[in-house]
Amino acid sequence: MDKMDKPLTQNIKADRPFATLADYLKTGGYEGLSIAIKNLQPKEVQQWVKDAGLRGRGGAGFSTGLKWSLVPMPEANDAGKPQTHYLVVNGDEMEPGTFKDRLLLEKDPHQLIEGIIIAAYAIQAQTAYIFLRGEYRLAAERLTHALEEARAQGYVGGHILDSDFSLQIHLHTSAGRYICGEESALLNALEGKRATPRPKPPFAVVSGLWGKPTVVNNVETLCNVPHILHYGVEWYRSLGRGADKGTKLFGASGRVRRPGLWELPMGTPIREIIEDHAGGMREGYKLRGFLPGGASTDFLLPEHLDVPMEYDAVAKAGSRMGTGTIIVLDDQTCPVQMVLNLEQFFAQESCGWCTPCRDGLPWTVTLLKDIIEGRGRPEDLDTLSRLTRMLGPGNTFCALAPGAMEPLQSALKYFRADFERYIIHDNTLLETG
Amino acid sequence: MQESTNKVFAGLSASEIDEIHAEISHYEDKSAVSIEALKIVQKHRGWVSDECLMAVAELLESSPAQLEGVATFYNLIYRQPVGRTVIHVCNSVTCWMLGAEQVREHLCRHLNVALGEMSQDGEYTVLPIVCLGACDHAPVAMVGDDLKLDLADNAVKQIFGE
Repeated sequence: MDKMDKPLTQNIKADRPFATLADYLKTGGYEGLSIAIKNLQPKEVQQWVKDAGLRGRGGAGFSTGLKWSLVPMPEANDAGKPQTHYLVVNGDEMEPGTFKDRLLLEKDPHQLIEGIIIAAYAIQAQTAYIFLRGEYRLAAERLTHALEEARAQGYVGGHILDSDFSLQIHLHTSAGRYICGEESALLNALEGKRATPRPKPPFAVVSGLWGKPTVVNNVETLCNVPHILHYGVEWYRSLGRGADKGTKLFGASGRVRRPGLWELPMGTPIREIIEDHAGGMREGYKLRGFLPGGASTDFLLPEHLDVPMEYDAVAKAGSRMGTGTIIVLDDQTCPVQMVLNLEQFFAQESCGWCTPCRDGLPWTVTLLKDIIEGRGRPEDLDTLSRLTRMLGPGNTFCALAPGAMEPLQSALKYFRADFERYIIHDNTLLETG
Repeated sequence: MQESTNKVFAGLSASEIDEIHAEISHYEDKSAVSIEALKIVQKHRGWVSDECLMAVAELLESSPAQLEGVATFYNLIYRQPVGRTVIHVCNSVTCWMLGAEQVREHLCRHLNVALGEMSQDGEYTVLPIVCLGACDHAPVAMVGDDLKLDLADNAVKQIFGE
């Protein structure tokens, strides 16, 4: 077998709408599952994924194998005592500017299903839920069909591949709220409640869905798993270009020539993504800055183009790799108005559970609107700066508000003159905006 | 709204109840299917009336207030009548940058409705929605179940074929 360098998208081809089970099997589909179930103990599967260096692709970048290993596993002397564990797939892709999981869900649903089964085996979960955002109708249709195929082939259900391992997979389509992407809020949503986050600890790996040990993994994360099992840890580690291992879907949107998604090695410099893959800026536009990984990441500037897309390097540059889908700010879009759009999103999507987020985000929106509409006072910029601290890490119940503050705090730092221009009542930007 | 002729339980139709029961079998307890149940009712009736909400609460042995808390939390549960086809226009960052506001204005003007209003023939309602995950084709909208891409210059033509 070729040592392919684009495992996640190898089955995504322009001449067919999606990979069927037959297409998936042709490229070694369900081989990883067979290796895991027939040759390895659950703990060994955890170790493989940990050794491979796979980190969560939902944005936080936590080691996937390590997360799995935190699930309390039955001890030998517990034999016969049934323990309920759950695997939950986070397919609630709602971070503005992010469109990577949709591709994987729509184009190669069996890759995700195989990843789910292997992950469930590794943590000994008997039930898995795919939590899919309600708007992803085509993904829901293709997953439903693929699950039926997988059940018919004996990959899902009782005694998978004639082993003692059994797994049911259910698809839950959500009804739309960004906060559902937060792991503990997602679990409340799955339990049929308002999606407010839960206090942590306890963490879901110990007490999650209905109080049982639960692992929540992102769609793209799980799509990596079959390949690690099939081609091995060494192969996977060889795919990264720097500190992080494997490949990832990177994207770019905004006024670039060819917006899109590309599977590239971890550690690919941002410049290559924006200039080579996305073709650079559209005619007549210049690059002013970018959000490297979705709406809740800090702005970076053209001077950061040579930063490699890997968790620690982007953090060192002052932002987060997040979801790896870059939102490009051009020189003719007002950064203050862009930040207003982002903060309106976060204010609307705040679940309202904790006061700083519920009240602080609308306050942020009001201040930004006042500034843009010519009612801004110089002290408003200090208030905005204070808000970025008051809604920052440690002051709110979950990461929504701190995420919302990231583009704001970096815009205040990098685009301060744009804010000030409104306050001294130079409305030229208003008229063109 | 269409009146169900086969009322069998608290104002819900037999098929609605069957579909809700099928979902219940996937979860640990009945109350977990509250979102699915509301979506099932909405699929059949277009929206969730007070009467339906109370019927679902009764079926799930949950309180109407608790279920209302769930119904009003989620963006895609409609507690008011909407047109037969709902047009969700993305208003998040990339679409905003590439002309989503103009798309929304063109659609509203074409249908002669304000945002959230039903067109006079009961066919359409235009609603805002957050990022639809198709930013490489911004601006986008979801028309019923279908995603419509690259709407900057010809939203009305692409959606209504006119």
